[in-house]
Parts: sequence; structure tokens; C-alpha cells
Amino acid sequence: MILKVKKQNYGTAICSAFEYLLEKYPEVFVIGQGLWSPWYVGNSMTDLDKKFGVERIIDTPVSESACTGAAVGASLSGMRPILVHPRMDFMLYAMDAVVNQAAKWSHMFGGQAHPAVTIRSIINRGGEQGAQHSQALHSWFAHVPGLRVVMPSTVKDARDLLIASVLCNDPVIYIDDRWLYEQEDDLPPIEELSLAAQGPACLRKGADITLVGSGFSTYLANKAAEILGKQAVSVEVIDIRILNPFDASLIIESVERTGVLLVVDLGWRNSGFAAEVIARVTENVGTDVLKCRPRRITLPDAPAPTSRALESRYYTSTDEIINTVKELLS
Amino acid sequence: MNDLDINQVNYLIDPANCHNPIYIKGCDTNDLINYLKMMMMIRKVEQKLAIGRRDGFIGGPVHLGVGQEAIAVGVSGSLTCDDRIFGAHRSHSHLLALNPDPYRLFAEVLGKVTGFSRGMGGSMHLWDGPSGFYGSVPIVSGTVSLAVGAAMAARLQKTNHIAVAYFGDGAMEEGVVHESLNLARIQESPVLFVVENNLFASHMHISLRQPSDMQSRFAVANHIPYKLADGNDVVAVKNAASELITHSRNGQGPGFLELITYRWYGHVDWRDDIDVGVHRSLDDVDNWRMRDPVTRLSKAMIEQGIWSAEEEKKLISMLDNQISDAWEKAMNDSYPDESATLNCVYEI
Ligand SMILES: Cc1ncc(C[n+]2csc(CCOP(=O)(O)OP(=O)(O)O)c2C)c(N)n1
Ligand SMILES: [Mg+2]
Repeated sequence: MILKVKKQNYGTAICSAFEYLLEKYPEVFVIGQGLWSPWYVGNSMTDLDKKFGVERIIDTPVSESACTGAAVGASLSGMRPILVHPRMDFMLYAMDAVVNQAAKWSHMFGGQAHPAVTIRSIINRGGEQGAQHSQALHSWFAHVPGLRVVMPSTVKDARDLLIASVLCNDPVIYIDDRWLYEQEDDLPPIEELSLAAQGPACLRKGADITLVGSGFSTYLANKAAEILGKQAVSVEVIDIRILNPFDASLIIESVERTGVLLVVDLGWRNSGFAAEVIARVTENVGTDVLKCRPRRITLPDAPAPTSRALESRYYTSTDEIINTVKELLS
Repeated sequence: MNDLDINQVNYLIDPANCHNPIYIKGCDTNDLINYLKMMMMIRKVEQKLAIGRRDGFIGGPVHLGVGQEAIAVGVSGSLTCDDRIFGAHRSHSHLLALNPDPYRLFAEVLGKVTGFSRGMGGSMHLWDGPSGFYGSVPIVSGTVSLAVGAAMAARLQKTNHIAVAYFGDGAMEEGVVHESLNLARIQESPVLFVVENNLFASHMHISLRQPSDMQSRFAVANHIPYKLADGNDVVAVKNAASELITHSRNGQGPGFLELITYRWYGHVDWRDDIDVGVHRSLDDVDNWRMRDPVTRLSKAMIEQGIWSAEEEKKLISMLDNQISDAWEKAMNDSYPDESATLNCVYEI
């Protein structure tokens, strides 16, 4: 099924990637909790069980560890499973299958066997859900060699990077964020991309500052850049897209032009991905390039609070980004 | 696991059964009145939460256990504040049965600093150390192994205190629960595993998740003594729990209590006509309402002449007042100070 240019939102774009893969590739199947009643995942998996049957769209017992291991095993046996963890926090029971097994498999066996598994893990936060229902652990996964870590922020990437992830022979952690689901875009027909050839992308050209984000923070960065554009501040926005393996060359090249770097990451600060971006840039640009110290905006180093009074302050906003950009440029 | 038990599970999961008043002969009247008060209080608190959520006063999810009140009340009848009790996402009743303080629960769910967790946890993360409630969390099965550890500690400390892990039939599917059963047995840990088998894990009926409805088969596999009871019969719950708890306090290791029950609301929040995504059979829900743990006790007590419709009316109006006062008071309380987000991460 090839789609014509079509208005989609982030959620339906993911759904169309599932449909494309399930229609075209018999080795693809989907497994995870809630798949026969996918209210948990917005509009991103609607009716897949009805269209493709419950044999290929498998709802499961509450057993993240076994289901993840099983998906890895199936991927070593000729299938291309897509495992869905409807909330990233729930997949912590599955860490052995992800970190010790899937991530290491190719290397341990001399590059002869590859777990072609895609693990879709959803960041689902806000709504006073608190510490165990709000986490964004992309930086953790990016720390582990062997895992490809994908974080789409645009509607097109939500679709095309899911397809690229599933067609890739390495284990992929594909992380989408419920806060992005309402974004809309006109999408061109599906393109089968090679995941290994993907890296950061420039979403907006600018001359004054390089603003870097991933997932929802890219969305915020873009909005901030738009507003700043109207105030004659020229912001270059780069979306990281692929956190591991991480190719920072586009960001380095951008900072060489702008001389100012701000990274926005909706994970924690300590040992978070923003630190990696800043390290790559400062390691690589000339000593006279940076006009001021690089800056990062992250979550505070604390679990998500539930109380609305605290939660509203916990997450960053476009205003905070705008103010920080202005501060850096003053 | 014998045929009798399998027959009992089959009997209990059929909602057409057990609509009659429960069997209370020989029970202490004060105990019975207390159970009735507690169950009615818990129900009314949760119904208030349902309305508060529906009307937008409560911002976060609430998992209501209306219909399951007999379990916490029956189990808590044999616990003291020195025991170590752990819950999960549907744990309002577990806490209230130990500390009947609707005000602090409301304050917590509303995110107020006067709440059980000082406003930092909300409905899904409750704590009340002084009454023995060591914590409830929404990661399914997250506290089961912790309860085993608390029981190991009780034994190392040479006390006769026990630990309790409340969890559901869905949690039973997590590997860590099976590791915990094995560990508790081999360590002779004084822990009571309480499985509230309400036949659902969010939208999924147990028949789609497990080859048998009977959770006690896992106790058998781990050589843990078990009891199986009607979870909507507070006296049956109390008796079964009490026997297992006595056995644990006497140094004989873990026990396993399976209680068949049903929740009247959907998996999360205030709707009772849908199970978020999957339409439940409303006939089933109606049938299960006929197995109401509160009405079945009240009717039995009236039949025995130890309770009357007038007394019940008085109790209802007393509880209604208490609960609406508690709600108003909690609504007017303050939120935690902004500094709490960072200040609560570590001890200092
Ligand atoms: C580790 C983990 N996986 C999945 C979930 C999502 N979830 C929340 S409650 C629930 C169902 C739990 O069922 P059960 O243990 O029977 O408790 P009940 O809701 O019936 O009280 C699920 C799957 C979760 N919170 N944590
Ligand atoms: Mg259940």
C-alpha cells in the first residue's frame, strides 16, 4: 500500500507504518500489552487486530520480561517482531533481554547473528501520573552499544523511521512520545529508508544559535524558534532523530557557523543525552568558535511529582527555551 | 490443588452464584459491625473519588476497588501496625482498612501537602508507615518481592511480625512474583501473598491470559499453604487470612490467599459501564453487584437481629457527613512547596 500525499497526525502516521509493514512483510508481527484494546496508545494502532488478525497482533499477559525475550528469540528465527511497551516505565522488567541479550548478540557471536527486533517504547507522561508513569529513559538506551535508538519528532519520521527500524537487522529502540500525537502534516508516499544511513536533521536554518532537541523537545524547540524568528532572532533547529549510534557532525558543523549551542532534552540532567551533545561539540569545534558557554535545558534531577502544583513546573516550556536563547545571545 | 478447590473456583467465578447473605453465625457482633462500617466507609470514599475525578478536581488516574472492599477489611482484621503491608495501583482500601482516615487520602489524591505521602504520590503511591502501610505503587507486581524482604527482616529481627503483599491476577503473570514465592518458601519468610483475583488485568479477561483461572496453583507449585475464598464475603476472608497469618507468625513461613472478586468500575477512573476499550458485559457487572460484600453482610446481620435498617440509615448519614467534611477540608489545603520536587529525592 503506497500512500499519496495525505494529511496525517503523528499517531495515524505510526499506524500507517504498521499497516504498511504488516501488509508487505509476512515476517512482521506485533506483540505487547493492550493490542486488542489499544486505548493506551492513542490512535497509533487502531484496529490492527481486526485487519491483520490476532495471530499477528498479539495481546499478552502482564509479562514484559518474557514477551521481550520472546520477541528477541523470534527475531533470531527469521521474524521481524515489533514489541510494544505502551509505557516506557513498564519495560524495566525487560532489561535483561534488551541490554544483555539483544544488544550483545551480534558482537558476542562475531557478527554472525542479528536480532532484528524493534522495541517500540512510549513516553507517556503528564496528567499527574507521577514517578513510575512518566519516565523518558532514552539516554540510558543510548548508552548501550548494540542498540539503535530512534526518537522521531516529526510526523513523517514517526512513520518512516518506524519502517526503517523494523527493516533494520539490528535491535532498535523506537521511542515515541504521546505529547507529539496531535501534530499534523501532509505526508508524501512512504519511503523505505536505511536506518544506518539516518542521523540528525536540520529542521530550520538559522545563523544566530544552534538549538538541538530530540522527540518532544524538538517540537518545543521548533515552536520557540518560530516565535524568536518573528523577533528577528535566527535559530537553527536540529533534531537528533538517532541517538545511538550518534553522528554529531551536522550539529558540530552548525555550531561552527553560529558559535552558540543550546540543547533541550526532556530527560534528566546528570549523565543525560544533552551532556553527550555538548561534549561532542566542545571536543570537536575550534577553540575560538564558541561565543559563550554551551547550555542545556533538561528535567530537574528528580522523579516526576504527581501534585499538579509541582508537575506544572517540572516540565520545560517554549518560554523557558525562548528566555534562555535570549540570555545566551545577549 | 484438589478437585474440590477447582470446583470452588469455577463456582466463585460464576457471577450468578453467592447472592445470598453471608454466613455469620458465631462471629463477634462488634467485629461484624466494625467490618460493615469499614466497608461502607471505603466504598463511599471511593465513590467520592469517582465523582471528584469525573468533575475534574482530581487530575491523575484513580483505580477504584468498589466491589472488592471485603478483602482489605477481612485481611486487616488480623494485622497490627507492626506488620509490613504493601499494595499496588488499586490500594485505597488496603490503606483505609489500616488507617480509616478519608481526609488524608483525599488530600493525597488531590496532591495536597497534608496527604498520606505529603502530596508527592497521589492515588497510585500511598504510604503510611505508622499504621504499617509501607507503600503502594502502580508498577504491576512492583512490591511483591519487597514484601518478601520485609518478611525476611521481621524474621532476622526475631519478631513475630509479618509482611503482606496485595496484588492482582494480572501481577501473577510477572516473573518476579514466581521468584518471590520460591524465595519466600525457601527462606521461610513470614509473608502473606494476597491475590485479589478479579478476573481482569485492565481490558483482558483472565481466560485470554492464563490457562487456568486458579491462582492458587502457583502456591501449590511452591509448596506454600493456600486458602481460596469468596472475596466478597468478609467473614470468609477474615477466617482464611487469620489462619494463614497465625501460621506465619508461628514461624511456619509464607501463606497464599486467593480471593475471587470483581471490580464494579472500569480499570481506571469513574466509568462503570465500560472497561476502557472493551465493553464489558453489563449483565456480568449487574450480577456481580448482586454479590455485593456490603449488602450481603448487612442483610445477614439484620436477619440475625444484631443490626437494623434504622441503624444502617444512621451510619450512612454519619459517613456521608464525615466524608463530605473530609473532602472540603482537603480541597482547602495547600499544595506542597515547590522545593519538594528536589528536596524529597534523597534523605537530605
Ligand atoms: C509492569 C507494568 N506493566 C503493565 C502495567 C499496566 N497495568 C496497570 S494495572 C494493570 C492490570 C493489573 O491487573 P491486576 O494485577 O489483576 O490488578 P487489577 O487492576 O485487577 O486490580 C496493567 C497491565 C503496569 N502498571 N506495570
Ligand atoms: Mg485483576
